[in-house]
Amino acid sequence: MKRNIRDQLIWLAIAVGGWLVIDLLTLVGIISPFILTIITMIEINVILAVSLNLILGVSGQFSLGHAGFMAIGAYASAIVAEKSNSIWGFALGILIGMAISGIIALIEGIPTLRLRGDYLAIATLGVSEIIRITINNLEITNGPKGIFNIPAQADWSIVYIFAAVITMVIVNLVHSKTGRAILSVRDNEIAAASLGINTTKFKVIAFVVGAVAASVAGSLYATYLQSITPSNFSFMQSISTLIIVVLGGVGSITGSILAAVVLGFVDIILQNYGALRMVLYSLMLIAFMLFRPSGFLGTWEFSISRLFSAKNKSQKESK
Amino acid sequence: MQVFIQQIFNGIFLGSIYALLALGYTMVYGIIGLINFAHGDVYMIGAFIGFYLITSLHLNFWVTLILTMAACALIGMLIEFLAYRPLRHHGAPKITALITAIGVSFLLENGMTFLFGGDSRPFPQAIKLVTYHIGFLDVTNIQILIFVVAVALMIALQFIVQKTKMGRAMRAVSVDTEAASIVGIKVDQTISFTFAIGSALAGAAGVLIGLYYNSIDPLMGMTPGIKAFIAAVVGGIGVIPGAALGGWLIGLIETLTYSIGISSWKDAAVYAVLILVLLVRPTGIFGKKEGEKV
Repeated sequence: MKRNIRDQLIWLAIAVGGWLVIDLLTLVGIISPFILTIITMIEINVILAVSLNLILGVSGQFSLGHAGFMAIGAYASAIVAEKSNSIWGFALGILIGMAISGIIALIEGIPTLRLRGDYLAIATLGVSEIIRITINNLEITNGPKGIFNIPAQADWSIVYIFAAVITMVIVNLVHSKTGRAILSVRDNEIAAASLGINTTKFKVIAFVVGAVAASVAGSLYATYLQSITPSNFSFMQSISTLIIVVLGGVGSITGSILAAVVLGFVDIILQNYGALRMVLYSLMLIAFMLFRPSGFLGTWEFSISRLFSAKNKSQKESK
Repeated sequence: MQVFIQQIFNGIFLGSIYALLALGYTMVYGIIGLINFAHGDVYMIGAFIGFYLITSLHLNFWVTLILTMAACALIGMLIEFLAYRPLRHHGAPKITALITAIGVSFLLENGMTFLFGGDSRPFPQAIKLVTYHIGFLDVTNIQILIFVVAVALMIALQFIVQKTKMGRAMRAVSVDTEAASIVGIKVDQTISFTFAIGSALAGAAGVLIGLYYNSIDPLMGMTPGIKAFIAAVVGGIGVIPGAALGGWLIGLIETLTYSIGISSWKDAAVYAVLILVLLVRPTGIFGKKEGEKV
């Protein structure tokens, strides 16, 4: 327990250190407002990728519907922020988004998580598209026109804090007793069930936590970019989060963060190529998958405790 | 009531296109378990090839159709050879193959946008439009053409899969790739053939939809691609008659939501039916139930 607290504190220090570095570089003027926007989008992508990785990599459920939950969070925050532009409005928007996403994920998860592999993927894609089409047809969400002039409530450092906290919560969940149950369901559902693990329960826990985190990412997206339309949350958004997770390595939280950062900077570089941008991006994606099919890090995970103890290291690797 | 029946007819014509596309998805998924996201873009390429054959070379419709199918077959084989085969040989995880397919889809869409611009362009009227009035129904010769061509291709496909040596090899590989290779079936060649046939059907669908809607653009493959995949899933993936049925079902749902005046919900209706079917029959309407192996 003591070691665990020490590791948490080290992580916290790393997170605060990262914040200080970005803050300092902004003050000095090395980070321009343009790059700061990219950094904020990277932070949002970190939340999305880490939470999708919990569903896909840790619990082994192939979800293609992350954008739907993101949309719920974004619209909840946008609507609340328009009524009340204060810290309370900001918090309320995020909470409402989390609650709705959690409930929908629960209703969606219990029946659909019985489906396997690609069938689950296509069902979650369906739910996500139904959410988007519903938003497209509702009055309160301003239909296909979307919502503009949303009060700016999130800035890069608020998003950074959320990204760090959500990552720590998810990593701790993975290492908890619940997390080990989720991992066992991924590795062998039948074996886990025969040990008395309620497989549906743990799949649903991972799914709901992932969905709620995606909703927070959506809330931050809306209150940072200040304008949203339903087309921001089409299935292409789910796909781009999926790409981050697979590029980083399915199952590696460290990989998801690394891939979000790398893709963010690749995006900056590709901005110079105009119309060729997406062609180069897709070629890179194909080439990367062909030469490194398991992603940047595979299932490798950066771990503080491993840095401190060699014995621990050999244990974890043999796992 | 008249509108309703008219929409059922329209749904069957539209559904034929989805069915043609769904066949390609279902065959590829049946044989290598890959959701070939680039399939909808092969259909887009087919429409563009048809466009250039008619406008530049002034070929007639039937020659265009056959040449487009041949060209798309080659493109399908090329995609399989360059992008999917190396992954398969390295035993890469399924999700890697899926991301590669998404990459290929992006490449085709953006490559075409880069080369030919993103605007939609009018597809030439290779066949003069004639509208027949049967009672209160309006049916155009192009709709009939689409239906007849689609059904003829489906029958041809069924024949290839059931009666020819290659078809038998395809079925064998889809049941058990390893066992098939042990008994001397050339697995790579068979998979390549599957891609060729599926892509040829997509190419035909592309030309037919160009003729029907008179408008093509580089992003036209995205939505029909997803819907055709849904059609394949609803029908029971890997089952050829299932894909056809699924395609028509999706076409009907779309036009019926239009006829009852909720057309902005048409995609939601398609997804809702998909989810309902999956919840009742997790492997689709005609799908086989998979046993759990311990």
